[in-house]
Amino acid sequence: MLTIKNLHASINGKEILRGIDLVVNEGEIHAIMGPNGSGKSTLSAVLTGNPMFTVTEGEVFFNGKNLLEMKPEDRSREGLFLSFQYPVEIPGVSMTQFMRSAINAHRAYKGLEPISASDFLKLMREKKDMVELDAKLANRSVNEGFSGGEKKRNEIFQMAMLEPKLSILDETDSGLDIDALRIVAEGVNKLRRDDNACIVITHYQRLLDYIKPDIVHVLYKGKIVRTAGPELALELEDRGYEWLKEQVDEEQ
Amino acid sequence: MTTKENSYVELYQQYRHSIHKVCSPVLNEPRDKALDSFMRLGFPATSHEDYLYTDLKTPFEIDYGLNINRLTIPANPNDVFHCDVPNITSWVYFVINDSFYVAPKKPQLPDGVIICGLNEASEKYPELVKPYYNQLAPNDEVATVAFNTAFAQDGFFMYIPKEVVLPKPVQLVDIMRSDVDFMANSRNLIILEEGAKVQFLECAHTVDGVQFLSNRVTEVFVGKNASLEYYSLENTHNKTTTISSLYLRQEAFSNVLVNEITLHNGLTRNDVKIDLQGAHCETVLCGMAIGDKAEHIDNATLLIHAQPNCKSRELFKYVMDDSSVGAFAGKILVEQGAQKTEAMLTNRNLCVTPNAKMKTKPQLEIYADDVKCSHGATIGQLDETAMFYMRSRGLSEQDARLLLMFAFMADVIENIRIDVLQDRMRLLVEKRFRGELSKCVGCVICK
Repeated sequence: MLTIKNLHASINGKEILRGIDLVVNEGEIHAIMGPNGSGKSTLSAVLTGNPMFTVTEGEVFFNGKNLLEMKPEDRSREGLFLSFQYPVEIPGVSMTQFMRSAINAHRAYKGLEPISASDFLKLMREKKDMVELDAKLANRSVNEGFSGGEKKRNEIFQMAMLEPKLSILDETDSGLDIDALRIVAEGVNKLRRDDNACIVITHYQRLLDYIKPDIVHVLYKGKIVRTAGPELALELEDRGYEWLKEQVDEEQ
Repeated sequence: MTTKENSYVELYQQYRHSIHKVCSPVLNEPRDKALDSFMRLGFPATSHEDYLYTDLKTPFEIDYGLNINRLTIPANPNDVFHCDVPNITSWVYFVINDSFYVAPKKPQLPDGVIICGLNEASEKYPELVKPYYNQLAPNDEVATVAFNTAFAQDGFFMYIPKEVVLPKPVQLVDIMRSDVDFMANSRNLIILEEGAKVQFLECAHTVDGVQFLSNRVTEVFVGKNASLEYYSLENTHNKTTTISSLYLRQEAFSNVLVNEITLHNGLTRNDVKIDLQGAHCETVLCGMAIGDKAEHIDNATLLIHAQPNCKSRELFKYVMDDSSVGAFAGKILVEQGAQKTEAMLTNRNLCVTPNAKMKTKPQLEIYADDVKCSHGATIGQLDETAMFYMRSRGLSEQDARLLLMFAFMADVIENIRIDVLQDRMRLLVEKRFRGELSKCVGCVICK
């Protein structure tokens, strides 16, 4: 589904990603862990086409198409979704308005008619229940005045609405208390299917207790330095990153 | 004086008799003095502090026709004009150029309410009009107002007696129509007695593809405990110069909302002065301007807190596209003794292209020591992080821009308290941003 080859990216001339290789197949959940500043969020930003970052080398294929040549909106319409670490507040734009525009943009891309008002409301209600999002929040402006937990739940709500093929959860666990974490994780698990995939970016093992990864990667200094099964996450939780950093620094 | 200014003075002197002949003594009385003021002031140059960003001298250089002899303009407003707010239930009146249109069938108004042409009112009810007419217009200071006072022959008049509440809005449609370049100096007078209540909507339109100059002056008196909503909507073509001056006085415990909306225009200068001459007044003054191509919009406002315990809130928002130019000058003056004043002034602007220009000057002048006042202005671009967030959900760049621009105007639109008008305005603003209203409605010349 997703193939990343030797991906290099920089911001303001500073290289952050220094040759990432990664393959994600249908039905898989990948966890990407790593210490602060290792490039985890940059990877998600580059994959979704954030204009702040410049790709300097490498290629990315998504469903066989060259992802890096696509506009951010087309990446979304192709089925890529990012749950933002810091969801953006958009005063004056209601969630309903925002989601209807998004759904209809996705439908138009597939050559479908705009969604009817009643189908849309039904969909909204169904997905809101899934992430236990307060019905009132949907009438408010996008993320405006939402608590940290509500913002993250709202991200998963949008994910549920758009049904992406590949979701990237960028530190979705940060700022969540244990109940919110459970709700978010349950939402993600309910959306899991054999034909979609998920990349979970996180510092901590905690989220991985709820969302069980198939494969765990460690990102350090802009490269994937270790790839293993779920046991790697447990080991990191136990021992921290220092030992791994030392090993890797010695190897280089 | 310039040659052009001289020619207008000569025009007045030559046609003085004709101007006076068809008008009431109330309208004629201040003319000569106003002309003297105009001769002293001349059209404002851009070197003048209050006109730094808007050149009003040049638009007067054009040779316009004036309808001094009050010839009937062959137009039935219902034929040439299609309302922007088709579902509104209101009492509708027309001023064509600067003549009040007398409809064949007069609508039934509540007892004591008078709505008619200003000249007719000042002839029929001089004792009612005289104490108010020309009492707020600053002829000594503002050249275009003095010019209007000298030349004005008609316009709109509305009188709402004590404690009368109008059950539906009053709509005034200003239509500019002419086969030659044309200037109109229309004059409006609105009087609300104690406890009266009215929603008023004024729409300005152009129907012919010639150059127009509309130099309008409106005086409004809001009595004690009275309530007025005043919506002004401009939707004129790109060859129009609009100079609209609104002078409003509030008595104690009165409540006023003014919303100045410039949807489409050529060159516009709106002056608004609101004088809070009674205690416990409430005032909301807001406005929006949407500019594209080479449109030019300048709003200059002055809010005077002369008495204690008044509250005012002012909010103006602009979205400037292409190479349009916006200017805003807002001043709140809190006089000595106006204690417990609450006044907030905000001006926020978006320049969505590198060529669009915005000039802003928010000012506070406070002579009382127990007040709560704030003022601020911002000029910026669309929020890039919000743009990316929306695009990452599949919205096209254009749709994301549109939603953001629309959201930016939302709080000004919310300050429209007539539901159908608010809904309609949402639609018109959205259409305008989509580029579907890049022509004013019914327009033939805007490209």
